[in-house]
Amino acid sequence: MRIALQNIRKYYGDVRANDGIHMKIAEGSIHGILGENGAGKSTLMKILAGYVRKSDGTIALNDRPEEYGGPSQATRLGIGMLYQDPLDFPPLTVLENFMVGRCGGVLAKEALHRRQLLEMARALGFRLNPDGRVRELTVGERQQLELLRLLALGVEVLILDEPTTGISDVQRRILFKALNKLARQKKTILLVSHKLEDVETLCDRITVLRSGRVAGEMDRPFDTKRLLSWMFGAMPAQPPCSGVEPGSPALVIEGVSGSGGRAGLRPCTLTVRKGEVVGLAGLAGSGQETFLRLAAGLNRPREGTIRIGDEIMTGKDHHAFRARGVSFLPTARLEEGLIPGLTITEHFALAQQQGIKVLWKRAQRTAKERIKRFRILGRPSSKPESLSGGNQQRLLLSLIPEDPLILLLENPTRGLDVESVRWVWEHLMTYVNKGTGIIFSSMELEEIIQVADRVVVFFDGAMVKDVRTCDTDLNALGQAMAGRV
Amino acid sequence: MIAGIVALSTLILFAAKAPPMAAFRHLFMGSVGSWLKISQVLMGWIPLTLCACGLVFSFRVGLWNIGVEGQVVAGAITATAILRLGAESSMPGTILVIAFLGGMLGGSLWAALAGFLKVKGGVNEIFGGLGLNFVAQGITLWLIFGPWKRPGVASMSGTELFPPSLWLPTLHTLRLSPVGLALTCAVLIGAAWVLSRTRLGLALKGIGNNPRAAYLHGLKPNRYIIVAMGLAGGCAGLAGTFQVVGVYHRLIPAISSNYGYLALLVVMLANYRIGAAPAIAFFFVCLNVGSIQLPMMLQLDSSLSGIIQGSLVLGALLLYGYRRRRQGGEKV
Repeated sequence: MRIALQNIRKYYGDVRANDGIHMKIAEGSIHGILGENGAGKSTLMKILAGYVRKSDGTIALNDRPEEYGGPSQATRLGIGMLYQDPLDFPPLTVLENFMVGRCGGVLAKEALHRRQLLEMARALGFRLNPDGRVRELTVGERQQLELLRLLALGVEVLILDEPTTGISDVQRRILFKALNKLARQKKTILLVSHKLEDVETLCDRITVLRSGRVAGEMDRPFDTKRLLSWMFGAMPAQPPCSGVEPGSPALVIEGVSGSGGRAGLRPCTLTVRKGEVVGLAGLAGSGQETFLRLAAGLNRPREGTIRIGDEIMTGKDHHAFRARGVSFLPTARLEEGLIPGLTITEHFALAQQQGIKVLWKRAQRTAKERIKRFRILGRPSSKPESLSGGNQQRLLLSLIPEDPLILLLENPTRGLDVESVRWVWEHLMTYVNKGTGIIFSSMELEEIIQVADRVVVFFDGAMVKDVRTCDTDLNALGQAMAGRV
Repeated sequence: MIAGIVALSTLILFAAKAPPMAAFRHLFMGSVGSWLKISQVLMGWIPLTLCACGLVFSFRVGLWNIGVEGQVVAGAITATAILRLGAESSMPGTILVIAFLGGMLGGSLWAALAGFLKVKGGVNEIFGGLGLNFVAQGITLWLIFGPWKRPGVASMSGTELFPPSLWLPTLHTLRLSPVGLALTCAVLIGAAWVLSRTRLGLALKGIGNNPRAAYLHGLKPNRYIIVAMGLAGGCAGLAGTFQVVGVYHRLIPAISSNYGYLALLVVMLANYRIGAAPAIAFFFVCLNVGSIQLPMMLQLDSSLSGIIQGSLVLGALLLYGYRRRRQGGEKV
C-alpha cells in the first residue's frame, strides 16, 4: 500500500508534537523514521495507526484520502502497529491471544486458528508454542506473536515502534529476516528507531524528524554524519575545560548491574568525585533510569559493589543511602517526589526526625523561609498538585536536606520553561561549589554539554561512553546514543 | 449536607409508600423520645464510634480495613477468655481493666495479621480482612458450642452469663454505662490528637496519599501500615470488649452486631475524617433503634433503616467523587 502524509499536525496545548509533516512511503518498502526523544516520531506513527487523532492534515492510502477514528478502523483499512510495549493479554495462552479480536460467530474454531498460527509462524521463522502462557514469553517472542496476529488480520502496512529494544541479538536477526521477507511480499513497513545501525541495515529510505518537522530524507546508501546532524541539529557553543580539580571520590560504583526498564542494566563502573557534575545521556529507557535508582539504593543491584566514601553500601536500602547524604529526585514529581494532598508545611514537617508531636510552628517557619528562598509561587498551605511544574521542582529542590554529598537527579529540568531551567542549575551549582557531586540524566544533549563536567552515554542497557565534556562534541555523543561508539 | 440527608431519606420513605412525616416522628420518638431510648442509642453509639475511630487510622494510611468486623470479634473473644479465667477473682475491677486491655490487644493482633498478610504476602487487605472475619466468626461458634458451652446444653444464645460483679456498672435506672461513654470520648479525643498533632498521624497521611514519595522522604510505609492496622484493631477490640462486658455479659454468636461494617459506612459518610464521625454514628444508631417502632406503628419493615443508611453513604460517595473530579480536572 502506498501512503502519503500531507501537512500532518498534532498540537497538545502549546506543544507542537507534529508541525506540518509531509512524507511519502512506497509500497513494499521498509521505511525508517529517525529522531531523538520528542521529535514527534511516535505521535506521527500513532496518528497513522489511528491511535491518536491528528489536529490537521490528510492521510492518503493508495492515493485515496482516508479519515479514520480509531485503531480498529485503521486495522480494517490495512494498517497495524506494533507498540513498544506489546498490547497483549499475559495470562492467556499464545493461541488465545492470537485469536482475540478475530473470532466471528459463536464458536472459537480453535483447531483452525492453531493451524493458521503454526503455518504463519513457520513461514516467518518464528518458534511459538500455541499453548504457552504469554506472560512466560520474552519481549521478542511477544513481539513475534503480535506481528502474526496483525498479519492474520490482513494488515498491509506494519508500523514497528522501537522493535529492537530489549530483545536478544538472535531475535533481532530473526525479526529482520521476517521483515525483509514481508517487504518482498509487498507489505509496507515503517520502522521507528533511535538505533542508527538497525535503521541503516534494514531500511530502503530514512526520514529524520526533528521538533515535529521533517529534517531530511535519504535513500540507501546512507551518510551517517548527515543523518546525525539532521537528528541533533546545530552544535551549541562548548564551554572550555575548567581547571578546577575535582575532590575525593564520593560515590563509587563498580561492576553494578540490575534489572528494570526494558533493557535492564549491564555491569557498569563509575566514580563520582566531590564537586563533580556527571550527565547521563541516552535515549529514554537505555538504562540511565535503572542506573540512578541503583545508585540511590532504591533498587538492589544484581552484582557489583556500591561505595559511598569508604563505606560499602551494596544491599542497603535507600534510607541508609539517605543517611549518608544521598538524595534522589525523581522525574515523576507528583507521582513519586511529592505527596499530593499534603500541604507544603506538612512536607517540611515530615523531615522532622524526633519527638512524638509535630512541631507545627517550626515546620511553618521553615516552609515560609524556603518558599521565599526558592521563589516558590505558593503558600505554606498550598498543596503540590496546585503548583505548576516549575514550582513543583523548586519545592522538590527545597526539600533536599542540607549539604548533600551526592545528588541524583532524574531529568531535573523536564517540562520546565527556560527561566526555570536557568534557575534550577544556578541553584544546583551552589551545592556543587560546596562539594556536592551531582549525577543527572537528561534528554537534552545541549543541557548536558553546558552543565556537566563529564558525560556518560547509555545505549541499550550498557554504559558505552564516559568522557569529559570538553573532550567530546555533540556529534560523537549523538553517535554513541545511536549505538556507534 | 443535613438537608440532603433529610431529602434523600424522604424520597426513600416515599418509595416505600410510607407517610414520611409519621415515619420521621416514629424514628425520632423511638430513638431520642425518652431518656431510656437515648441511653439505648448511646449503648450502640459506643461500639460504633470506637470502630469508626479505628477505621479512620486505617483509611488514613490508605487501607480498606474491612476486617474490622473480625477485629471486634477477636477483641470480644479475648475479653471473654480473660473474664472466664477471672470469674472467681476477688478483684473484679482489676479483671475488668485487664479484660479491656486484653480485648484491645486481641483486636490489634487480629488486625496486624491482616497487615502482615498485606505487607509480607501481598494479600490485599480487603481479601485478607474478609477471610479473617470468617475465621473469627468460626472460632466464636466453635467456642460457644465447644469448650465454652453452657453446662448441659450448648445453644445459639451464647456462653454462660458472667457473674454480675464482672458486668460493666450501669446507671441505676438506665441501661447506660458511664465508663463506656467516658472511654469512648477519651478514645475519640486521643485519636483526633494523634491524627492531627503527632508525627505518627502525619506519617500515616503521607503514606496514604503517596507511599512511594513517602519512602523517598524517609518513611517506611510497611512499618506504618502495621501500626495503623494495630491501632484500628485496638479500637475495634475495645468495641468487642464493650459488647461483652457492657451489653451482653457473655459471648454470643452475633457479638459484633455488625457494628464493624456499619462503622465503615459511618466513616465513608464522614469523608474519612474523625470530626463528623461521632455525630453520624449517633444518627445511624438512632435510625437502627428508632426503626424498631416502624413495624408496629406503620407496618413497615425495620430494615428500612439499613436502606436509608446505605443510600445516604452511596449518595455521599457520589457527591465526594463528583467534587474531586471537579477540582482535579479530568483526573479520576
